[in-house]
Amino acid sequence: MADFVNHILTLEDSWIGYIVAALVAAVLILHVVAVGALLFIWMERKISGRIQDRLGPTRVGGKFGWLQTLADGIKLIAKEDVTPDLADKFLFKIAPYVGLAASYAAFIALPFADGVVGQHVNTAVFFVLAVLGLEVFSVILAGYSSGSKWSLFGAMREAAQVVSYEVPLGMCVVVPVMICGTMNLTTIANMQAGFFTNWLVFNDPFTFLTAIVYFTCATAGVNRAPFDLAEAESELVAGFHTEYSGLRWSLFFMAEYSSMFIVAALASILFFGGSHGPIPIADVLGLLSLDNLGSSDPAFHVFNEDGGGFFASLNLEIAIARFLGVANLLLKGTIGVTVMMWVRWSFPRLRIDQVMTMCLKYCVPLAAVGFLGATAWQALDLPTGNSLMNSPRYSHHELWTADDSESAVEEASSNEVQTPHEDDTHAAAKAVKLKTVPVSVVKGGGR
Amino acid sequence: MDLFAVAWPYWHQFFFIIFAATAVGFGFGVLLSKNVVRMAFYLVLSLGSTAGLFFLAGAEFVGAMQLMIYVGGTLVLLIFGVMLTAQKDFINMDTHTQDWILATIVGGSLLMVLLFAAFGAEDWNTPQDLTDAKVEATKEATPLGLALTGIRVDTLGETDDAVQGGKAGYLMPFIIVSVHLLVVLIGAAYMARTKKLSHATNDKSSRAKLMLFKMEHEAELLEEETYVVTHRGQSALNPLDPQDDEN
Repeated sequence: MADFVNHILTLEDSWIGYIVAALVAAVLILHVVAVGALLFIWMERKISGRIQDRLGPTRVGGKFGWLQTLADGIKLIAKEDVTPDLADKFLFKIAPYVGLAASYAAFIALPFADGVVGQHVNTAVFFVLAVLGLEVFSVILAGYSSGSKWSLFGAMREAAQVVSYEVPLGMCVVVPVMICGTMNLTTIANMQAGFFTNWLVFNDPFTFLTAIVYFTCATAGVNRAPFDLAEAESELVAGFHTEYSGLRWSLFFMAEYSSMFIVAALASILFFGGSHGPIPIADVLGLLSLDNLGSSDPAFHVFNEDGGGFFASLNLEIAIARFLGVANLLLKGTIGVTVMMWVRWSFPRLRIDQVMTMCLKYCVPLAAVGFLGATAWQALDLPTGNSLMNSPRYSHHELWTADDSESAVEEASSNEVQTPHEDDTHAAAKAVKLKTVPVSVVKGGGR
Repeated sequence: MDLFAVAWPYWHQFFFIIFAATAVGFGFGVLLSKNVVRMAFYLVLSLGSTAGLFFLAGAEFVGAMQLMIYVGGTLVLLIFGVMLTAQKDFINMDTHTQDWILATIVGGSLLMVLLFAAFGAEDWNTPQDLTDAKVEATKEATPLGLALTGIRVDTLGETDDAVQGGKAGYLMPFIIVSVHLLVVLIGAAYMARTKKLSHATNDKSSRAKLMLFKMEHEAELLEEETYVVTHRGQSALNPLDPQDDEN
């Protein structure tokens, strides 16, 4: 990207290209956070309205009231920024930014499609979970620094809840990592390409169970109803953000909605095929798609760096394939968020002891059963959802972890070289040697 | 200084300076702050910047680990700091002069050891040809994970027996740490278990406790009920039974 910008500007390896490239990536992710929150808040109001047999917002911005959030935003900007007397002023002011920064940072490693990612992180799953875990930090800071008992109660509840739910959440995330043999989200998504039976949620009954437990724990982890004890308005006024007003208050909500989206997007990558649709339309029609393309292929790059002008160097087909991939992931993430809203307006809020019981007595054992069951399923080589459809592409992706025959290793090697972001061929070759050999050892061969 | 002698823009250096400065700066913040919660907050920022340094060095797994374990751990520390000390008497920590002196001596001598070690390494003094320096990292966590399960992929090709011995990887330390953690977990669960109530008396607090116990163990008690009724005074599970004096 940086090279491309420099190419357009006819500069030679200039810092301007890097800055422009970084800005484009950062602003794009910021739009996912901000516009996403805008859309989701409107959706929440509409959905809650419909569930409660109301209309929801109808006036601002035409028939469906779709500009309601924007109007609210303008109102919030105009509000006075109040800081309580008893507050720890510095922490009080900085707390909302911490939460927003945490959920924004988690987007860095989230691949929207193969090749559309802020920064390729080899252990992306781990990174996203680690960064998302920091969001609770802002809640605790806000609760403590407000100098209000309601806020402190809310923050303490949130802390206890989030720390507990990280345990089953981590156990659920391990299952796709174990099946795919990688923590790279792009690879996990690519291994589910093809028909929807390849999705890990349909891999075996245990992954199905794990997906459900993951979604429950993720809902609790991002502090959504029925687990929204930190802001239980019937008991704690508004919980940790009781003392906040105006834009700072709205930053909490931006963080909440963007982390809702990110756990939903993570669910869709880990269990529901990521950027790959339920039916590989492009493949059926014989078009070029990200499914059948390695990233070392020159065609993989949307922009041909050494090409002539802008349009001459643009690979339209790849751009469309990527666009569809991103649309797929955004759609899946939005569906996940919609389910969370549906749950919120359908179930009553749990008590704090019920929340803990839910976690320790149900989610943890279920996650453990799912993990052990999925491991056993893999070890015993039982039929998976993939073998129902007998999709050839899945076996293609599976090769480098499954088969240890000589030709398979070779094929896997050629597959490996195509791994994204290996610009150093020597390192790539070394990585291949390292990677293909031990996998056969692990699997015991003959699979 | 060699550090700044590099032609702008050298991004790696640029971000290194930013992350290093924040790490050190917030480290001083921890030292100089008197408020427990602010200290923990600065500590989190300092450790987070260290994670940034790891990411910069291409050690993504270690960086994520740093975030998960150190930053997450400090978070729990913060939670307990708030929970236990969110009162006026405890929230500010006054350090005595003698503590300052002692801490300076200990910390200063440790810092000296570190500095000697850091500047003692010859290769570190003058980085060779910085402009072409590239982070040579495979960015692969798989070999690391395999090494933890007992397969050292980097020594697989070795024919030398002495090196082959290292193929067992880090399975043993991994298992030891896991068992250790398991013991800690079981111990914590044991210490936090519901204590059996004994010596039920007529005062109100004991009755309240008994009520609580009954509410918590309703199902068990229902099962036990017939047994208790028929063998009153013999059941060990009956919380009313004064014979069972364990606690």
